[in-house]
Amino acid sequence: MASFLDRERIVAQPGHSRWLVPPAALAIHLCIGQAYGFSVFNLPLTKLIGITASKPGEDWQLTTITYIFSVAIVFLGLSAALFGAWLERVGPRKAMFAAACCFGGGFVVSAIGVKLHSFPVLVAGYGVLGGIGLGLGYISPVSTLIKWFPDRPGMATGMAIMGFGGGAMIGSPLGVNLMKTFATPTGTGVFETFVAMGVIYFAFMLFGAIVVRVPPDGWKPEGFVPPATPQKLVTTAQVSASSAIRTPQFYLLWAVLFLNVSAGIGVLQTASPMIQQTVGVSAAAAAGFVGLISLFNMGGRFFWSSLSDKIGRKNTYAIYFLLGAAVYALVPTAAGMKSVPLFVTLVCVIMTMYGGGFATIPAYLRDLFGTMQVGAIHGRLLTAWSAAGVAGPLLINFMRDQQTKSGVPLEQAYNVTMYILAGVLIVGFVCNALVKPVDAKFHFQGTK
Amino acid sequence: MSENTEQKKSSAAAIAFAWLFVGLPLLWGVSQTVQKSMALFK
Repeated sequence: MASFLDRERIVAQPGHSRWLVPPAALAIHLCIGQAYGFSVFNLPLTKLIGITASKPGEDWQLTTITYIFSVAIVFLGLSAALFGAWLERVGPRKAMFAAACCFGGGFVVSAIGVKLHSFPVLVAGYGVLGGIGLGLGYISPVSTLIKWFPDRPGMATGMAIMGFGGGAMIGSPLGVNLMKTFATPTGTGVFETFVAMGVIYFAFMLFGAIVVRVPPDGWKPEGFVPPATPQKLVTTAQVSASSAIRTPQFYLLWAVLFLNVSAGIGVLQTASPMIQQTVGVSAAAAAGFVGLISLFNMGGRFFWSSLSDKIGRKNTYAIYFLLGAAVYALVPTAAGMKSVPLFVTLVCVIMTMYGGGFATIPAYLRDLFGTMQVGAIHGRLLTAWSAAGVAGPLLINFMRDQQTKSGVPLEQAYNVTMYILAGVLIVGFVCNALVKPVDAKFHFQGTK
Repeated sequence: MSENTEQKKSSAAAIAFAWLFVGLPLLWGVSQTVQKSMALFK
């Protein structure tokens, strides 16, 4: 079994199509993207004892349940940072297999937590073990895709990371349908659903681990000739992960990702109450709006990262920040006009750039640090996501509460927040503008 | 040592199968989301 997982076993033979690699990456990302749809379990988890309604004093409260997702995202960042170097050493198959075991196993452990009605076991399952699976799975195909698609690294990683955006679209209805199937008069069906999803996701992710291949050293696509004079920021040198974290470029990109995600995640998590309170649509229409922005979040990941191959990574982020700042600043106007089409259009544009920010960063890292340890560097950078996952919603909720406490009408409660988020994006623009090529003293001098 | 010992091109069927394997669930998820989104336009 060990040898089956080794890097040496997955070096592609001549003639192997590189178009088999994105499906392998998608098999992983479509599964772990389920994390964004975990909220479908929130209410059922508060009724495990009461079944039809939450039993006060015995059932878990909704606020307690929401910690599970936060713990999972923190462990995503930590595991991506910790295991990135290991991934580069052992190759993507072993990392994907480990991710499948952790993510699928996390569901099964959580199922045990549900059966025992033990919250620590539930958190240890989906939050900790599942979170480690998320981190490992997220970074596992990235450097492999970049090596297979040196001519289109943005598009290649965009395809995989688009899968993460699409994962919730599969995971949410799957979870709801399974709970409906397994529910009985004496049970919510969550236990059985968790077990089933653990098995399904493990099997699906295993497909990715089996299909993935790495290109032989020095492989290039047929007919591909690297440009004689690469773009200013694109290096032909290599930088190790340990050297990368000593460069200012790493911290600038950390800030770029943190600021872009903080702004977007704040809007994403409050989209439903925001559209109801500002432009006055119904709860059902708001739910439709949440679905619509998830489509744009997913589509933006592919669109912007593919575009970055043409216009360059720095220019793409400059667009995210400048266009983003303008769009955020226009949201209060749309809300004031009570214009649903304008409001929806603006938030959809914001969501494309939120998703695009995730999808473009691996190629940006490749441009600056080379391909040698780009997976490990990407893993370390993802701590920015964990931090933004906490900071973004905190900021937007705090600002809204301050506004309503000071007597601002509910429909205007998000206005100041939107202007602040526009300011946050301007700071991101400055950080991006400061990115310069990595100093040669950080370049790797030895042999791989 | 690599998994395949013969030098051969990946078959179009294998590529199509791999894309369908991931594409069909994604299509199902997207269609579910589009249906849900329609509530916004009613």
